[in-house]
Amino acid sequence: MSGSWEVVIGLEIHNRLATNSKMFSGAANAYGAEPNTQACLVDLGYPGVLPVLNTEAVRRACKFGLAVNGKISQRCVFARKNYFYPDLPKGYQISQYELPIVVGGELIIKNDKGEDKRIGITRAHLEEDAGKSVHEGFDQSTGIDLNRAGTPLIEIVSEPDLSSAKEAIAYMRKIHSIVRYLEISDGNMQEGSFRCDANVSVRPKGQQELGTRTELKNLNSFRFIEKAINFEIERQIEVLEDGGEIVQETRLYDSDRNETRPMRTKEEANDYRYFPDPDLLPVEIDDAFIAEVEKTLPELPDAKQSRFVEHYELKADDAGILTLSRPLADYFEGVAQAFTGKAQTAANWIIGDLSAALHRDNLDIADSRIGPSDLAGLLARIQDGTISGKIAKEVFDAMWAGEGSADELIDAKGLQQITDSSAIEEIVDAVIAANPAQVEQYRAGKDKLLGFFVGQVMKETGGKANPGQVNEILKGRLKKD
Amino acid sequence: MAGPAMHLLSLADLAKGLSSGDFSSHELVEHLLSRIDSDKSLNAFISVTADHALNVAAECDQARSKGNAGSLCGLPIVYKDIFCTKGVLTTCGSRILENFVSPYDATIVERLSDAGAVMLGKTNMDEFAMGSSNETSYFGPVRNPWDTERAPGGSSGGSAAAVAARLAPAATGTDTGGSIRQPAALTNTVGLKPTYGRVSRYGMIAFASSLDQAGVITRTAEDAAMLLAVMAGFDERDSTCLDHPVPDYVGGLDASLKGRKIGIVQQHFDEGLDGQCAARVKDALKALEQQGAQLIDVDLPNLDLSVPTYYVVAPAECSSNLSRFDGVRFGHRAKDPRDLFDLYCRSRGEGFGAEVKRRIMTGTYVLSAGYYDAYYLKAQKVRQLISQDFKNAFDKVDVIAGPTTPTPAFKLGDKTDDPITMYLNDIYTIGANLAGLPGISVPCGFVDDLPVGLQLVGPHFAEETILACAHQYQQLTDWHTRCPEAFQ
Repeated sequence: MSGSWEVVIGLEIHNRLATNSKMFSGAANAYGAEPNTQACLVDLGYPGVLPVLNTEAVRRACKFGLAVNGKISQRCVFARKNYFYPDLPKGYQISQYELPIVVGGELIIKNDKGEDKRIGITRAHLEEDAGKSVHEGFDQSTGIDLNRAGTPLIEIVSEPDLSSAKEAIAYMRKIHSIVRYLEISDGNMQEGSFRCDANVSVRPKGQQELGTRTELKNLNSFRFIEKAINFEIERQIEVLEDGGEIVQETRLYDSDRNETRPMRTKEEANDYRYFPDPDLLPVEIDDAFIAEVEKTLPELPDAKQSRFVEHYELKADDAGILTLSRPLADYFEGVAQAFTGKAQTAANWIIGDLSAALHRDNLDIADSRIGPSDLAGLLARIQDGTISGKIAKEVFDAMWAGEGSADELIDAKGLQQITDSSAIEEIVDAVIAANPAQVEQYRAGKDKLLGFFVGQVMKETGGKANPGQVNEILKGRLKKD
Repeated sequence: MAGPAMHLLSLADLAKGLSSGDFSSHELVEHLLSRIDSDKSLNAFISVTADHALNVAAECDQARSKGNAGSLCGLPIVYKDIFCTKGVLTTCGSRILENFVSPYDATIVERLSDAGAVMLGKTNMDEFAMGSSNETSYFGPVRNPWDTERAPGGSSGGSAAAVAARLAPAATGTDTGGSIRQPAALTNTVGLKPTYGRVSRYGMIAFASSLDQAGVITRTAEDAAMLLAVMAGFDERDSTCLDHPVPDYVGGLDASLKGRKIGIVQQHFDEGLDGQCAARVKDALKALEQQGAQLIDVDLPNLDLSVPTYYVVAPAECSSNLSRFDGVRFGHRAKDPRDLFDLYCRSRGEGFGAEVKRRIMTGTYVLSAGYYDAYYLKAQKVRQLISQDFKNAFDKVDVIAGPTTPTPAFKLGDKTDDPITMYLNDIYTIGANLAGLPGISVPCGFVDDLPVGLQLVGPHFAEETILACAHQYQQLTDWHTRCPEAFQ
């Protein structure tokens, strides 16, 4: 059914900039304080107060623009977006309209077939956030928390270049990764630092003209965005296939019911009456400023991934995972540089056991209980044959529990591999002597029983015998005399 | 105490009296407070801060005795009720702020207080500074001390009436389309509107942000210079306040009129101007010429577009600026709202008066989708043309002189039913606001016992020039010393 339809999606991502103070006031820009304790008279929209631009927000928006190859406007203008809402103290939001700070831009994502796809960025503009309405705990009324009012955002508007929910997520993850690489935002989705609205439409395959779109609001997790878009695509196709028409409207996603429902139609939409804010002068951005910002750009995820593949000879997918966040990439490089073996081994451990442990304990890589040099220490012991991979996992768990370094643990617990052939031979002989029936079956052709003998030997040695040596010796001893 | 009564003295003379010990600030303040208290006719004040004033005056007297007197130490002043004053009711002439006690001081209040000025009270004004007669105030109209049946002009009508009636030597005002200069002209006082960006707007409740400018109403240009010297200068809390050096305004007053090029605009003297007013203004120009000034004709070809332009730009900005008065955080809040919509509608419906509503509606309309280009954008373009006209004129002259208003004070109620006629009262003053230029109105005579004002407009940041011209003119004339009979 959906095979004959083409999906068109554009995203508007709202990303809070992690500046110290707010966009137009000196109040702290921090999440989680008691309601209305981080709002000054400017944020409260008191009579007579005036906004003063935080230039750090401008710098951060520039940084983003440069990172996505956008054009930084030499002159950008703040405009008022007028509408009434209790959590919007001034009755208007200071935003940018006709002259945004970043124009154009692009980034490359993987499409559903795993091929590279270019996604255009229309613009990115600076604006202040509104406060929050709190509906619980106020009986018949609504509480207003203005801590968030006036916190700086960049709104990143994509071209309608995305063709599936998966692509939308890939694009959003990429932007998420970039803003965190740039250290312009904490990207925290639970706290609303990174959220998006999605414009979704469908059209018959091959049709040039775009279908009527709906705007999905209130999307604040990757999982919900994917679900909401997929729900909306299915809904639109169903309406169209039943001969209906799509109404241009804003729809809210309800994650409890996994459905979207209408919030307001085009007719009910606000006329925002944008006009240049007379309280703020146009912002002039000169080449020197841009050059200075450019100097602060870090290596970005794509470049880092390529370098990891080239320099560390990692699998491309693994390099992709390791470069998702800068702290993770830094961790990997920390291990890779301290370890003389194959970097891919380090990658496997980080993506495997370390990630699993972090996930289990709900920790960020920065809070890992095993540091990069300690992990490298463990890998070195595998590399030089002191311990087997299996024992290494045991050591890893002990390291994670804070019991010591790899070397300390190997010593203390006597976990060194037994590589002395005569010692292994003795144990092999004992195992053979104790299992005459199995020996007979093996010699009669039941080769699979080799594993049983290996298991017995490993059991006797507490897993410390070198498995390769055990194999060799067993095979020799079990040959028909 | 010898000489004239304290209330008749200019700010400069009061400063001398205080410094030579002729009287104390406490005595002066007590005297003026009793005059304010005994006046029942003008309705010039919304709040009188008597206890505060007496305390501060005593502190000033003490500071002076210890040799720590600031430039305005112990001098009384009144503030238009548009300026936020910490701990004091700040209503902006509106019911919607009837109960609003500001938690902070406006920058100019801070600066004047730091220099030692003593606040006597907050003056009545047109609601949110929207009006030219002071009749739109929620607290009732102010009456003109020269004829209490007449309007004092507006919107800084309370400030002008208080200074004219010798209830205070000086007042602050704000001028968005003539709101300092027009009431000054109608009350025989000096009204100075500085260059846009010369004085901080922080703490001044916004009407039309790109036009609003704080200034003063006094009886002499010298007094205006004394106050401007304290008020002017960069303020990091106002992004439109310019970081431009503040000259010695008082020191510059002695600059002679000789060789001054004074521009005359013929359109100022067209049929809209009352004949007798024209005669007084022409007399004043002659007097300037006799002192060596050169009168030169200049053209402001788009002048007739200034009123319509203003009445697009100012309402547009006000419609947005006044959105914050929603009954949610401060000010008037409707009782028992049914829901959010009802809270908004009734809080604002009950809180705002008719003229404010008219302008909010006009402004909302001109910014609406489909009308923006035809009104707001076009008005901004015309505004550019008007600015360019002034720029061209100032290539030829130092100041432009002419009438401040088309007529002397009109009767209360005369124009309230006809907003357009009321708006046209600001035809000569609005251009300076659109172009951001400094302007001053100086008393230049009387028509049927009603005062007439001469307006001087200068290029950006030429306050020094217009103050000097006004001061020199006041050295030749004594119009400004005339006091309405009932207030002598």
